Amino acid sequence: MRYLLIIAATLFAATASAETPRDFLTRFEKEAGAAASAQRGARFFTSKQGGEWSCSSCHTDKPTQAGRHAKTEKAITPLAPAANAERFTDAAKVDKWFRRNCNDTLNRVCSAQEKADVMAWLLSLR
Amino acid sequence: MKKLLPATLLLVALTAQADSYSLPKHAAFEEECSSCHMAYPPQMLHADSWRAMMGDLSHHFGSDASIDDQRRVAITNFLLAHAGGRKTGDTRDAQGKPLLRITQTARFEKKHRELPTATWQRASIKSPANCAACHTRAAAGEYSERWVQIPK
Ligand code: HEC
Ligand code: HEC
Ligand code: HEC
Repeated sequence: MRYLLIIAATLFAATASAETPRDFLTRFEKEAGAAASAQRGARFFTSKQGGEWSCSSCHTDKPTQAGRHAKTEKAITPLAPAANAERFTDAAKVDKWFRRNCNDTLNRVCSAQEKADVMAWLLSLR
Repeated sequence: MKKLLPATLLLVALTAQADSYSLPKHAAFEEECSSCHMAYPPQMLHADSWRAMMGDLSHHFGSDASIDDQRRVAITNFLLAHAGGRKTGDTRDAQGKPLLRITQTARFEKKHRELPTATWQRASIKSPANCAACHTRAAAGEYSERWVQIPK
């Protein structure tokens, strides 16, 4: 019985931590309390908002292709889930990079609505 | 005799090392410190420089590189354990403050003295911190002359 419980708990933990890109769209839309717009997401992603960089500066304006870090030149694998199955599968990683990259491009964190819009756009790319 | 053997082995290891900096394995360091650039060898700065850098990752050379506390402590301990030795030389500025950039250390300047300023500014290089542009095996910690190729 004890073993069964442990197995059940492990299984639960394993399924709970593996996320899909769609889960993030759902989560951000819920946090924003409004539907996402892929069109708004595209505009947000590709335009500078007062700072030196836009998201496209490192992820390109066609994120199904590989990018390059604007300062260090290091290659970055594609951000769009259709082109890279590893993207948006780990909540800690997704939250960490939204925090860092929004700070670097906007000097503030992104709102839930902005994140939902970006997700909707990235998911629409084929 | 028993004491001599380790000493000899150490000497052999030190000379064979020449300019390879073996990158000790550490999962969190690899994941967190090679995402925006290749991993810089911990041996290239002294402990006080790493401590200062790890104390302010939110303002990391103009980038937000912040991480959770648990990983920050683990990576700091790893860097301190492998931080520079005698070969690393002086890694402080004129005021005695620890330098954060390997590219500003005396050893780096000495090893690259012969490179003209214009070379550093080439679009294919962009920054002296972009070691891998010229040291083709830098990501593996290999900096010897044999693996240097300056791009056009
Ligand atoms: C200065 C370069 C740079 C800019 C600008 C930038 N990013 Fe990133 N981004 C990176 C790097 C580097 C990574 C991590 C490396 C990797 O995972 O390949 C990353 C990873 C991510 C991830 C992680 C996804 C996952 O699950 O793996 C997300 C989400 C992301 N970026 C979104 C954005 C958004 C949104 C913007 C604009 C607000 C942006 N980025 C701007 C460099 C940048
Ligand atoms: C969010 C992106 C990002 C992350 C994550 C990151 N760095 Fe950096 N790092 C940079 C940038 C940008 C520079 C400046 C590069 C330049 O000047 O060309 C830099 C520079 C450095 C330098 C100085 C290079 C020189 O000029 O000698 C060191 C050392 C360094 N980083 C260590 C680390 C360590 C250790 C970690 C892990 C805790 C880390 N970095 C994580 C973006 C990052
Ligand atoms: C513009 C190209 C270029 C860049 C960028 C560059 N180096 Fe070098 N490096 C050289 C050249 C050329 C030499 C001299 C090779 C020789 O003749 O020994 C050298 C020598 C060295 C040596 C001594 C090698 C030996 O065998 O004595 C070290 C260590 C080194 N570089 C580290 C670095 C590090 C660390 C970085 C990044 C922070 C870096 N270099 C960036 C071109 C470069």
